[in-house]
Amino acid sequence: MSSETGKILTTDGIPLEESLKQAEKKNKIKAFLLVAPLLLFLIITYMIPIGDMFSRSIDDKMVTNMLPKTYKAMENWDGKELPSEEVFEAFYLDYKILVKNKTAGKLQTQLNYEKNGFKSVLKKLARKQKKFEEGNYKEQIMKVHKRWRNVEYWRAIKRRAPSYTYSKYLKGIDMYSNEDGKIVQVSEDRRIHRILWIRTVEVAFFVTLFCFLMAYPIAHLLATLPMKYSNLLMICVLLPFWTSLLVRTASWMILLQQQGIVNDFFVWTGLVADDNRPEMMYNKTGTYVAMTQILLPFMVLPLYSVMKTISPSLMRAGKSLGATPTVAFFKVYFPLTIPGIGAGCLLVFILAIGYYITPALVGGASGTLISNQIAYHMKSTLDWSFASAMGLMLLTGVLAIYWIYNKLVGVDNIKLG
Amino acid sequence: MSKKADFVKFDKVDKSYDGKVLVVKDLNLDIEEGEFVTMLGPSGSGKTTCLMMLAGFETPTNGEIFLDNNPISNIPPHKRGIGMVFQNYALFPHMTVFENLAFPLKVRKMSQEDIEKKVDKALSMVSLGGFANRMPGQLSGGQQQRVAVARALVFDPAVVLMDEPLGALDKNLRESMQYEIKHIHESIGVTVVYVTHDQGEALTMSNRIAVFNDGKVQQLSSPDKLYEEPVNSFVAEFIGENNTFGGEVSEISNGTCKVKLEKGEIIANPISVKSVGEKTTVSIRPERALINPKDKMDNNQKGKIEEVIYHGDHTRVRLNLLGNSEFILKVPNSSQNLDIKLGNEINIGWNSHDARALDPK
Repeated sequence: MSSETGKILTTDGIPLEESLKQAEKKNKIKAFLLVAPLLLFLIITYMIPIGDMFSRSIDDKMVTNMLPKTYKAMENWDGKELPSEEVFEAFYLDYKILVKNKTAGKLQTQLNYEKNGFKSVLKKLARKQKKFEEGNYKEQIMKVHKRWRNVEYWRAIKRRAPSYTYSKYLKGIDMYSNEDGKIVQVSEDRRIHRILWIRTVEVAFFVTLFCFLMAYPIAHLLATLPMKYSNLLMICVLLPFWTSLLVRTASWMILLQQQGIVNDFFVWTGLVADDNRPEMMYNKTGTYVAMTQILLPFMVLPLYSVMKTISPSLMRAGKSLGATPTVAFFKVYFPLTIPGIGAGCLLVFILAIGYYITPALVGGASGTLISNQIAYHMKSTLDWSFASAMGLMLLTGVLAIYWIYNKLVGVDNIKLG
Repeated sequence: MSKKADFVKFDKVDKSYDGKVLVVKDLNLDIEEGEFVTMLGPSGSGKTTCLMMLAGFETPTNGEIFLDNNPISNIPPHKRGIGMVFQNYALFPHMTVFENLAFPLKVRKMSQEDIEKKVDKALSMVSLGGFANRMPGQLSGGQQQRVAVARALVFDPAVVLMDEPLGALDKNLRESMQYEIKHIHESIGVTVVYVTHDQGEALTMSNRIAVFNDGKVQQLSSPDKLYEEPVNSFVAEFIGENNTFGGEVSEISNGTCKVKLEKGEIIANPISVKSVGEKTTVSIRPERALINPKDKMDNNQKGKIEEVIYHGDHTRVRLNLLGNSEFILKVPNSSQNLDIKLGNEINIGWNSHDARALDPK
């Protein structure tokens, strides 16, 4: 069948490869069209928001656009001494427009982030600049407020020159680039984010651990019980899935509060005194308890699906070969459940690290997590770029965990069902 | 070394799972040291339950099992030192073949050197010398089965139990494995208790066969006796092929009896009939009835050929004989030119000794 050139031809004389492509073309198009809606959906709901989040987190065009003349004039300024008359004039002209357009407030806020006390200086300038005479703007501006003689303030303006910045990321780990452009830590009493990051990882780790410890026996029971009992138990495990997250969290609030059912029970059994009821809510304990309960099914299901495939005769074989039940469990059964453990732990950990509602409701001050901080900046301070930066840091963290897991265990070993 | 006749002993063992039905009823069974005993029976007859009780995964509801004269009901499975080959092999999928075989030796805390020696020996015994580093998933069914056998033997257990080990293999492989297991048994002399529902397998491999039905041992004897001299109609029916006539005993004398059928009468060997008037089932093996017998036989009947099936080495002939239209004959393929044609009437003869009058069905 092969021709002189070594290519295999079909009986019609068309090269086989081409013929195959032709034949498969229709199927390929069909297959692509079938997945196209999902692809489109993923791009719109996943890729675009993440891209937008990223650009927001590094976007710093606002100040750049508000002071175009100033930054042009500042290009040649070395930042060591006060800038020249040229810069002062450019700044005056830029600022005049802003005040006229009533958008000076934004600039004041932005520059105040950069240097505390900038806002009042700028406000004063906004009032006084109306009476400015033409020429020698340097003198006139410096007369308005003595801080204009301080080179620090000009440096603060210059720092905002680039239209992109990573300062939000630094802020996320309690660092900032100081007046000299060096990256340093913020003062100790203001390091709140690092505590939150550590707490988030800690809570996610322990919730994963508790889930694992509780889910393993349940999943084992589910996998070994006769069908009629295991179905009932399965429904019990899945019941939380069918209940609203808010309802579940609210019911934990009822249970765990100081005058709540759990505390009442402790008092009734005499474990604690009535006037010394332990606080189980609005702290880490509440977060642990509620999150473990809510995330438990995500651990049970992968474990169950893996355990279901393990033949009971393997444990019997282990015992008949002389291993005690404990040894047989750890040498035979446990290694076979590792794919399920991996999947469950990864799932629970990743869900826990970004958990929001439960810590917000039962976490209190000591039980809130990084996601609550993100929400705070989204809703209260409206610093969306900072919220985006922290969201991306969280995403990077999750991807890093996934990568480490892949290196240690191998993602191929994950079994979700 | 004198062999103990009751190395494994089931003593009046009963077993019930739900407190209502006995799956094993009053089981008494002695197994000799080094013997190959097969428990044969239809599914649900209690044979696997017996095996599981011996292995320690089920406890007898009543009675006691002895291993080398020691009662073992209260000994957990891992202390019994009984090797077991499971139906689905039960190889540990996350361990290599070597690790699978080393497992029972490791839990016995043997030195690494001894382990390697023993594993090598066991693997070469099942001719899988070069497979030590493979994973079970990379082996064929037959190879997995051989690994399972090697693993059950590697720690020199006193007894090896096999629970339908060849059930998942195809026919050819099953046959060759039967011989292989038989040879291994002969060469190392371990006591084997084997469970199967395949009578061919049981007849090929065993020293003795215990036929189970309805939770009871119906007959325990050597394969040839089981086939030639079944003690009741269940065994006769279950083992091999069997022609039956239902009738009533009309006369007993001198080790023979006459059985009156609906049409006609035959002379039979009274196995489980004692008195005249008893109902009985007469069983005759197909190969014991001859066409146009040369020797004088005390049963001679005429039958009409209803079906002829050519089987190569023999021909199966279905006759209508004495009102039984399912009477099967096996005629060996020989140069003898017998007149076997559909619709012909032929003479059939058999000895009364081979017509066993058993309990009625």
